[in-house]
Amino acid sequence: MIRFSYSRPGAVGEAVQAVQADAGAKFIAGGTNLVDLMKYDVERPRRLVDVGALPGLDRIEEADGGLRIGALVTNSALAYDARIEQRYPLLARAILSGASPQLRNAATTGGNLLQRTRCYYFYDTGTPCNKREPGTGCPAINGVNRIHAILGTSEHCIATHPSDMCVALAALEATVEVTGPQGERSIAFADFHRLPGEHPEIDTTLAPDEIITAVRLPPQGFATHHTYLKLRDRQSYAFALVSVAAVLEMEGDTIREARLALGGVAHKPWRDPAAEALLRGGPATRERFAEAAALILQAARGYGDNSFKIELARRAIVRALSQAAAGTPQPVADKRIA
Amino acid sequence: MPNNETHFGAPRSRVDGRLKVTGAAKYAGEFIAPDLAHGYVVSGAIAKGRIAAIDTAEAEKVPGVLRIFTHRNRPTTAWLNRSYRDAVAPPGAPFRPLYDENIVYSGQPVALVVAESFEAARDAAALVRVTYESAPHETNLRNRLAEAYVPPKERAGIDPPPNPRGDAGAAYAAAPAKVESGYHVAPEHHNPMEPHASTVVWEGDGKLIIHDKIQGAQNTHDYVTSVFSLPQKDVRVLSPFVGGAFGSGLRPQYQLFLAVMASLELKRSVRVVLTRDQMFTFGYRPDTIQTLALGANPDGRLQAIRHEAIAGTSPFEDYQEVVVNWSGLAYHCDNVDLKYRLAKIDTYTPLDMRAPGAPLGMFALESGMDELAHALKLDPLELRLRNYAEMDQNTGKQFSSKELRAAYQLGAERFGWARRNPAPRSMREGHELIGWGMATGVWEAGMQQASARATLTADGRLEVATATADIGTGTYTILTQIGADAFGLRMEDVTARIGDSSLPASPIEGGSWTAASAGSAVQAACYAVRETLFRYARRMENSPLANADSDHVLFAEGRIALLNDPSRFVTIADAMRAGGVDRIEQEETTAPDKGALSRFSPYTHAAVFVEVRVDEELGAVRVTRVVDAIAAGRIINPKTARSQIIGGVVFGLGMALTEESMLDHRLGRFMNHNLAEYHVPANADIREIDVLFVEEDENRTNPLGVKGLGEIGIVGTAAAVANAVFHATGKRIRELPITIDKLLD
Repeated sequence: MIRFSYSRPGAVGEAVQAVQADAGAKFIAGGTNLVDLMKYDVERPRRLVDVGALPGLDRIEEADGGLRIGALVTNSALAYDARIEQRYPLLARAILSGASPQLRNAATTGGNLLQRTRCYYFYDTGTPCNKREPGTGCPAINGVNRIHAILGTSEHCIATHPSDMCVALAALEATVEVTGPQGERSIAFADFHRLPGEHPEIDTTLAPDEIITAVRLPPQGFATHHTYLKLRDRQSYAFALVSVAAVLEMEGDTIREARLALGGVAHKPWRDPAAEALLRGGPATRERFAEAAALILQAARGYGDNSFKIELARRAIVRALSQAAAGTPQPVADKRIA
Repeated sequence: MPNNETHFGAPRSRVDGRLKVTGAAKYAGEFIAPDLAHGYVVSGAIAKGRIAAIDTAEAEKVPGVLRIFTHRNRPTTAWLNRSYRDAVAPPGAPFRPLYDENIVYSGQPVALVVAESFEAARDAAALVRVTYESAPHETNLRNRLAEAYVPPKERAGIDPPPNPRGDAGAAYAAAPAKVESGYHVAPEHHNPMEPHASTVVWEGDGKLIIHDKIQGAQNTHDYVTSVFSLPQKDVRVLSPFVGGAFGSGLRPQYQLFLAVMASLELKRSVRVVLTRDQMFTFGYRPDTIQTLALGANPDGRLQAIRHEAIAGTSPFEDYQEVVVNWSGLAYHCDNVDLKYRLAKIDTYTPLDMRAPGAPLGMFALESGMDELAHALKLDPLELRLRNYAEMDQNTGKQFSSKELRAAYQLGAERFGWARRNPAPRSMREGHELIGWGMATGVWEAGMQQASARATLTADGRLEVATATADIGTGTYTILTQIGADAFGLRMEDVTARIGDSSLPASPIEGGSWTAASAGSAVQAACYAVRETLFRYARRMENSPLANADSDHVLFAEGRIALLNDPSRFVTIADAMRAGGVDRIEQEETTAPDKGALSRFSPYTHAAVFVEVRVDEELGAVRVTRVVDAIAAGRIINPKTARSQIIGGVVFGLGMALTEESMLDHRLGRFMNHNLAEYHVPANADIREIDVLFVEEDENRTNPLGVKGLGEIGIVGTAAAVANAVFHATGKRIRELPITIDKLLD
């Protein structure tokens, strides 16, 4: 960790200005990921602009039939909010399946979107990593890659995005509200995180001097037919090997609307419009679920240690869709898979 | 003199529990000293080669930096390899931090930055630029099997495999039933909660007080005085509390060397704490590849056992542990051939990790026994009973005591084993297949020479002292119980002092021998004090005990009283007065009875039963129930004993399901070096663990009749899980951990 300066602006505009003025500046709120990365010497900001106390960003408000979640709402506050539990239970369950109570108490909504990969090599400055130091190479591709991506990879990076919450937000088609020097804009959730491509060092489409102010949830919360199924190497405090957020709108046995987002398999929460289209209007059967899974995974590629994820994801998708269709979502506390 | 047994055998809470849960107990990295400087280690990036250049210019500019030590400017230390050999060092040339430009493993310390603050040291450490010249390395044990060798020099305390008995090859060939397979357990790191740390307090004139994370303060003391050529009396090592160690604190680690070096050079106090990722840059449970073959008659009686292991060790030391010998010990068999070899890989030397060797060897043996039972259509427990070893065939000695049969029976009853349908995949509930598996555990019941001091004062307070450690095991508490019982005192009247190199000599806390070793010494010292006091009491004018002999008096409630007439007594205070003293202090040394050990083999045993539930489609395994029945002699404290076994079982579940240190062989480096990616079990992974102790009369190998509990809980547990997974799924997994991917096909 190197020395840095620290400031605590009183308004969003001030915060944006502070970061805009210094290319070595970074925003910090809960700090649950950034401080770790600074201790590991992976992130080396010269200036920290603490946005944790900016006024007005820690509220959950009604907005156009949906909810507007301030960027500083903590993961705990969000997961246990009565409106979230009732109208967007998928989101509550996804949040509670990640991290630990202590981390969720500190971590913020905006920060969760911006957490960085858990790739072993990214965290270890004794090894090359294109995401950490562009152009040095990706040892994960031929190395220890149990936790790495099978979809949307590039020859430069096979890291995954580690968030559980974001997988739910992708399925719910949230939008991200941001403020930058030019003012405010909204980013559809699917466009917020990016694939590694030629530039694995860039995780999102957020500009360095833009700040997340809120995440908006549309009215449709899929409170009846949903599930967040997370498979991992231990039953708590582990990142997903594969996770599936599935939400359905059912009319009798027919699927009217279907959305699927996968975690642990790509550089961003993974959605596949073709697979969702295939499910739409069809019966809620295992056969149909398996077809959707096959479609999603047809372009999947394993790298050795992680090759099992293709089959695991296939089965997890089928199970998650079965849970969602039956209205029996995966419980958080009971570790038996429903 | 008869002994009061008020506390021995009673479930007493930890005497140090309050200190620990309130944060009052201080650990090595928490001590402060005036003018304390802070060291931060710079870790190397390559597995083998040399340091071509180290540029410290930028780092030195960081305000507060005092000195950056590298191989180029380090002070001179002892010349001979033997000066670096600590009490448990395996044969070889111990690692010397910052010795020269050569890199022998990935993560090797290459510099120590010492600064006025921890932050400044860490800041500067990130600015040290090291340039390497790499040389080819090999960390994959499988690529070194052809070069495996029998270690030319045995490691002290580690028995090599016994000579073959009978003719295992011929017996195996002729056996009507046989199983043969390879087994592998992933390398593991200890991952104690407390990272390794040393705070070296400069007392002036070259005198040091060292707070070190170590499982035996005297091991650090002897290492430091030897390596830095310091007078014995100038160094005192304290480690009153150890935040878990599991063997990682048996040997002095490099942060100690670096902190002492810096302190002596800078003539001020220095603290060095390793980061969590640096906790993966020294010893670990070695990568071990095994093959096991069992041959049996149709009735299950074993006709042949062949067990071979090849374990990785470092280029510079021949680490050894007992992996295969258990196969010649656990069951009766007249044709046994056991082999243990090493192969060098470019990592640091492995290091004893909880029950070193035993859970590896017993994973193979107990998986093989389960496989044999299945092949013969015999109940796995029945197969073990048919092959019950009545004597230690490795040595030809009798067991000092062995109530494993009772453990099998008690454990099976508690678990409900009799209701088991032997067919794999015969039990299910919803998506889950349910499996029941069992295994045997065995570990040595050792005792080492130890000394202790007991000091009784006229106010009826007792202090017992010995240089052992308490690594979370409950040593403080059991020593307090033993002392209190000797004089019929309350627990709160007794203070146990340990973790101090200046106290009477005690071995490192390891090998499950502390209760027998330090406990016996404490009791002997207390008895010596008791005899002195009794002498004074008899000498007292008009003493009611004048004609009593020591077999007919009892210490209770601060008095020495006649056994058959407690109204006739002398108080401790009066006896002291009669002796003209206000305190009695005596030191005693106890040692194992060589005569008894020439005739008897002391071992602890366990019968562990496990229920798993496996999601049939997704491969996720949950361990929902464990019953571990233990035969370990007398139990001093059922409460701390139960905790010891639970901890061991959790360790075993980690080995079975989650723990794995992953090496990138191209980089020669362990990669998942943090607690997020190295998966020790979390609370959510642990369900019901039922611990039972069977009665076992151990009166041959130590005066307390105890056997030690630190390790037996892990041995057999991983095998029982794997056997339960087979019963649930029909899949035999011979490579641990049993992660989701291994059950997907």
